[in-house]
Amino acid sequence: MSRGIDVLHFDRRTFLSTIGLAFATVPFREAYAATTQLSFGELYGKVSVLGLEFSDKVKTLTGKPVAMRGFMAPPLKAEAAFFVLTEIPMSLCPFCSSDADWPDNIVVVYLGAKQTFTQPNQLIEVQGQLDMGSWIDPETGFVSRLRIRDASFRMA
Amino acid sequence: MRTLFAALIATTALAGAAQAATVYPLDRATILNGSPFDFKVEFKSVVKPEDVKVTVNGQDYKSVFGTEAKFVAEEKGKDDKVLGSALILRGAKLPAGTYKIEVAAGDDKKSVTWDVYATADKPKAKNIIFFLGDGLSVAHRTGARIMSKGMTEGKANGHLNMDTLDRAAFIGTSSTNAIATDSANTMSAYMTGHKTAVNALGVYADRTPNTLDDPRVETIAEAVRRTTKKSIGIVSGAEIEDATPAAVVAHTRARADKAEIVGMMYDVKPDVILGGGSAYFLSKDVAGSKRKDDKDYIKLFKDAGYSLATDKNELAKVSGDKILGLFHTGNMDSVLDRQQLKKGTVDKFPNQPGLVEMTKVALDNLSKNPEGFFLMVEGASIDKMSHPMDWDRAMYETIEFDQAVGLGLEFLKKNPDTLIVVTGDHTHGVSVIGTIDDEKPGTDMREKVGTYADAGFPNYEDKDGDGYPDKVDVTRRLAVFSSNFPDYYETWRPKMDGPFEPAVQNEKKQYVANEAYKNVPGAVFREGNLPRSADTAVHAVDDVILQSTGPGSEGFKGYLEESDVYKVLVDTFALGAKK
Repeated sequence: MSRGIDVLHFDRRTFLSTIGLAFATVPFREAYAATTQLSFGELYGKVSVLGLEFSDKVKTLTGKPVAMRGFMAPPLKAEAAFFVLTEIPMSLCPFCSSDADWPDNIVVVYLGAKQTFTQPNQLIEVQGQLDMGSWIDPETGFVSRLRIRDASFRMA
Repeated sequence: MRTLFAALIATTALAGAAQAATVYPLDRATILNGSPFDFKVEFKSVVKPEDVKVTVNGQDYKSVFGTEAKFVAEEKGKDDKVLGSALILRGAKLPAGTYKIEVAAGDDKKSVTWDVYATADKPKAKNIIFFLGDGLSVAHRTGARIMSKGMTEGKANGHLNMDTLDRAAFIGTSSTNAIATDSANTMSAYMTGHKTAVNALGVYADRTPNTLDDPRVETIAEAVRRTTKKSIGIVSGAEIEDATPAAVVAHTRARADKAEIVGMMYDVKPDVILGGGSAYFLSKDVAGSKRKDDKDYIKLFKDAGYSLATDKNELAKVSGDKILGLFHTGNMDSVLDRQQLKKGTVDKFPNQPGLVEMTKVALDNLSKNPEGFFLMVEGASIDKMSHPMDWDRAMYETIEFDQAVGLGLEFLKKNPDTLIVVTGDHTHGVSVIGTIDDEKPGTDMREKVGTYADAGFPNYEDKDGDGYPDKVDVTRRLAVFSSNFPDYYETWRPKMDGPFEPAVQNEKKQYVANEAYKNVPGAVFREGNLPRSADTAVHAVDDVILQSTGPGSEGFKGYLEESDVYKVLVDTFALGAKK
């Protein structure tokens, strides 16, 4: 599945303007002083048919607080304790009906406390602890390899 | 009106009173002589085994099939709901003839008729190349011809390869559970001779929730393995375990069982396998894997004697009796992205081969077998780009598919004992209606759509002679629209930054217009005419046009069901000769 770059330009504009906002908001910066920003483009160090390899940045940040910006895909099932964060607004692979048909660059987000779902076109920033490695969600069977746990999010 | 209403009540009441069991294969099934199939009876209630009576042409079924079916006292559905009793007999076989199957348990009755057909005694052709343009509709061909060859004063400046095939038939694509259809049940009908339900492959869709226990029918790859020493090849730009390529080998109620489908492909071991979808070959611990187990199918295929290729260069050098080529973790990129725009995932997988290169390697290798071969080549992204209404990419895909057909026709010249079939599996509601001309005055894009005489001719150019327009975003381009759509922003122009994604899902599971396209100059919002659960444009119920050439192609004429196409294929290879 490939996604539009015009979409990325759109995102980047939004991204830059909101970055400015974030730095203007002092309490936010202080509260998350140890939090490192991680972007979707920084997830993989190597991409090949025989497997991907997470980047050194991801490996270093595992277990540490990170912040990522992206879009919230609707929960797979109502009871799911997680949602999928994607680089651009998207839904499940339009051609397939399986939970597994997501692109490689997604991050699964487990919230620390319940939060209301946002609109699919809304850019959000998620903060929480980065968790790497294969994990099968016990309730849905959804397999993920990169997660942000104990997370919270806000409109970006 | 009142009479009609009364009549409806009467028939409904009748249907309710007579509890009809379901018998698989369904009524009017056509079955290849000697091919194994699963026989299943689903009773609508729990019955006693001693009350069950099954006859085949008046004889007790056990004497006809030579074995006894397993009786299941209670089949269970969701939440352990009891669905009724069932009889299952796996791997039944029948010689050619007409069979009336009568089933009864109390007033739970059903009667079906099957036609078990024999084929010619001797093969008409040694090889079959089956070209499947996924979603290939008339508009794709018209658009591809105009974009690739051009048109002067109403006459095409050149023909597509598929235009030159000499025989044709209209093909009915409907599924067993709806007039509408998808790429699983349609390709399954071509590849097994049995129609089935949407999403199903190589099985009849039974009532139990398990997707892997449904009554099976034989696939063409299995029939070829069972009766010949021919080689088998599968080539696709999609994930190789996606519905269309999967249908050559697979048995599942759910096309989404992609990890299991890789296992089914391993069981059949086609001699050449080329496509995308490596994610389902990798053990779950490998990043990028989409398996939920530890199986490493790359290793398993290698251990089974396959040579592996993972990009264009490796494909060019690959040798050996069996070839596994996987060029993407998911679906391979469209030819417009690979060759011109470098968008999509081309930055991650920059060295993907195209359909033409893959087809060439497949033909070169399969043709080494003196016994012949069956090769299926799928132009997958004609469909994958038509769903999101990315018509420019879909047309380029059609051109690429046609160039692969061209290789097949060249092969036919040197190997006249080859049947070539070119067809779609289903259609899209797409039409070319004229042109869009940026040079027309104003900023209102709608007024730049040219229809009738005002359409003129588009200004695509192919100076380098590669068959594709040198650039896709010309000032006077084809106006192509879908008859059906979700909410979306119409931008009236090619998507230069990556494939179109018209709609995204909200928290109510409804698809809303993707606002990423809202600010494209001239974009207008179009409110969808599909249910809000539809993510993209859908398949049409319209017939497919099949074309064919070579020995055996005389079987294609008039109107055929997709399942009838299988008859022509197996007759060409004489896979069900009377012995």
